[in-house]
Amino acid sequence: MTLTIERPVTAASRVDRRAPWEEPPTTVGQAAKGLTLGGVLAVVLVPLWIIVVTSLSTPAAINRAGGLVIWPEGLTLEPYREMLSDPTVRTALLVSLGITLVGTVVSMVVSVLCAYGLSRPRSLGHRVILITLIVTMFLSGGLIPTFLVVTDLGGYGQWWSLILPSAVSVFNILVLRSFYSNTSSELIDAARMDGAGEWRILWSIVLPTSRAVTAVIALFYAVGYWNAFFNVMLYLPTDSQKWPLQYVLLTFVNRGNGMPGSVNSGFGTGQVQTAPLSLQMAVVVLTLVPLLIVYPFMQKHFRTGVLTGAIKG
Amino acid sequence: MTNPRLSWRVRLRRDRALLLMVVPAVVLLVVFNYAPLFGLVTAFQEYDPLVGVWHSDWVGLDQFRALFGDPLFWQALGNTLYLSFVQLVLFFPIPIALALLLNSVLSERLRNFIQSIVYLPHFFSWVLAITIFQQMLGGAGVLNQFLRTHDIGTWDIMTNPSTFALLVTSQAVWKEAGWSIIVFLAALAAINTDLYEAAAADGAGRFRRMWHITLPGLRGVIMLMLVLRLGNALSVGFEQFLIQRDAVGHDAADVLDTFSFYYGITTNNYSYGAAAGLFKSVISLVLIWGANRLAHAFGEDGLYRR
Repeated sequence: MTLTIERPVTAASRVDRRAPWEEPPTTVGQAAKGLTLGGVLAVVLVPLWIIVVTSLSTPAAINRAGGLVIWPEGLTLEPYREMLSDPTVRTALLVSLGITLVGTVVSMVVSVLCAYGLSRPRSLGHRVILITLIVTMFLSGGLIPTFLVVTDLGGYGQWWSLILPSAVSVFNILVLRSFYSNTSSELIDAARMDGAGEWRILWSIVLPTSRAVTAVIALFYAVGYWNAFFNVMLYLPTDSQKWPLQYVLLTFVNRGNGMPGSVNSGFGTGQVQTAPLSLQMAVVVLTLVPLLIVYPFMQKHFRTGVLTGAIKG
Repeated sequence: MTNPRLSWRVRLRRDRALLLMVVPAVVLLVVFNYAPLFGLVTAFQEYDPLVGVWHSDWVGLDQFRALFGDPLFWQALGNTLYLSFVQLVLFFPIPIALALLLNSVLSERLRNFIQSIVYLPHFFSWVLAITIFQQMLGGAGVLNQFLRTHDIGTWDIMTNPSTFALLVTSQAVWKEAGWSIIVFLAALAAINTDLYEAAAADGAGRFRRMWHITLPGLRGVIMLMLVLRLGNALSVGFEQFLIQRDAVGHDAADVLDTFSFYYGITTNNYSYGAAAGLFKSVISLVLIWGANRLAHAFGEDGLYRR
């Protein structure tokens, strides 16, 4: 694959000023641009605003608005208190955090080691191994054979079936590898002269010099685990004690299958009693919060992380 | 140390730490990617979970014969192609336009702010994205709330099979268009600004410059993205359809992936589902190969070089 884009000549390196030869903007052009971009922002932000405001509203305010609340009046934290006292939501939150944490650690350890192991030039067999990895990006057994392998290994109903089958992303390994290959070889040779082994070099030189990309890849893995719901549907469909937050969101909010807390209201079973809207929206916000916490710190590294997906076969 | 003629024994000794590091990833891929590849033989069997792959009966192409005689399968295939086409036509140009627009914003801070907002939905799960759509456009959503209070009647977009293609496309645009601009922005930033200056000196206006410099500069990336899209024509998105299938009905919402899931796993008819999956994989490979040939014919690199 030849996505040959060099290390981003980021827009940041340009000057904040119009080039002397450029025409001054027309008023109509400016207005159209402003409207379009404003519209784009609104399409993302307005739904989030409505959901957050509704999640903070009293039942009375929701009644007055006839549903979702657009202009807040009389905000309260009561829905959040209520939601977090619900056993289903609490379990799901712990499950989600646990899977995300363990999964990310597993994925990162495996990926970083593999990426470094393949990043040293002229090492034995690295080309063959690399091809072995890349082939999996194009060929896969598909849904059913993968399901059969996991269940044959006893993964049905087991936590590990949510983590191990999706633990390795070859794409992420290739991104890491291309960064590790760029670590100054003088630095590495110097360390080797001082008697450092490969593990030592990885830990004390390569990792510290590529902190940004490592963090971005960790975020990608973490988001993947946090967002996953299909593996749950495949491997843990019946045990609601093992459902992560996304599954609770799907069942109780999207499909409106009764109150959280009435644990017995499983998939597709009777419409028991739908949770108050504010409580449902609180669950939505809850699935968003961890993302919104790390997002601002990561955002500036995205471009670097994504674009170095330049794969040199 | 870098002498390439070292014998492999010496190199093995030298690189054993590196090789050890690669082992966990390779083991995981062998178990969860390569083993399922061999598991595809179940498509030629009448797979029985009780006896496993080794002892199930071979039935040759029977599963495929059943598949090709199944109207539901043709419907899923038709839906897949139709949805893919709609997404290609309506989705594809948007990130390019958005990237051009964003690139023309002069203030760096404003540009970064807009970027960080439009990237955001990419990190939402499909469950979350569809829940948000449900709350905005669904039967009890904001739109219908507005329509009701103004006595215009209601309009449930979320459960309407005839507009389902537009719905899923707008969901995909909402969730992924912002993120897809990254590659286009990078390609735009890589265009030599001297070209613009020279063109301006020769009297080219802003639209001529866009036509003769910017768009040719983007050509390679656009071609690459197009090839990727075509290669993935049979993968219109799985979770998105799985979640909405019940609300819209399988007539409109079944695609090849959901077909494989519903008629393979939920009915324990594993071989049937595997056959559908294998059909999809083979056609996809052909599509990728064909799209690449096309890219090469236009003198572009595509996914791999000639």
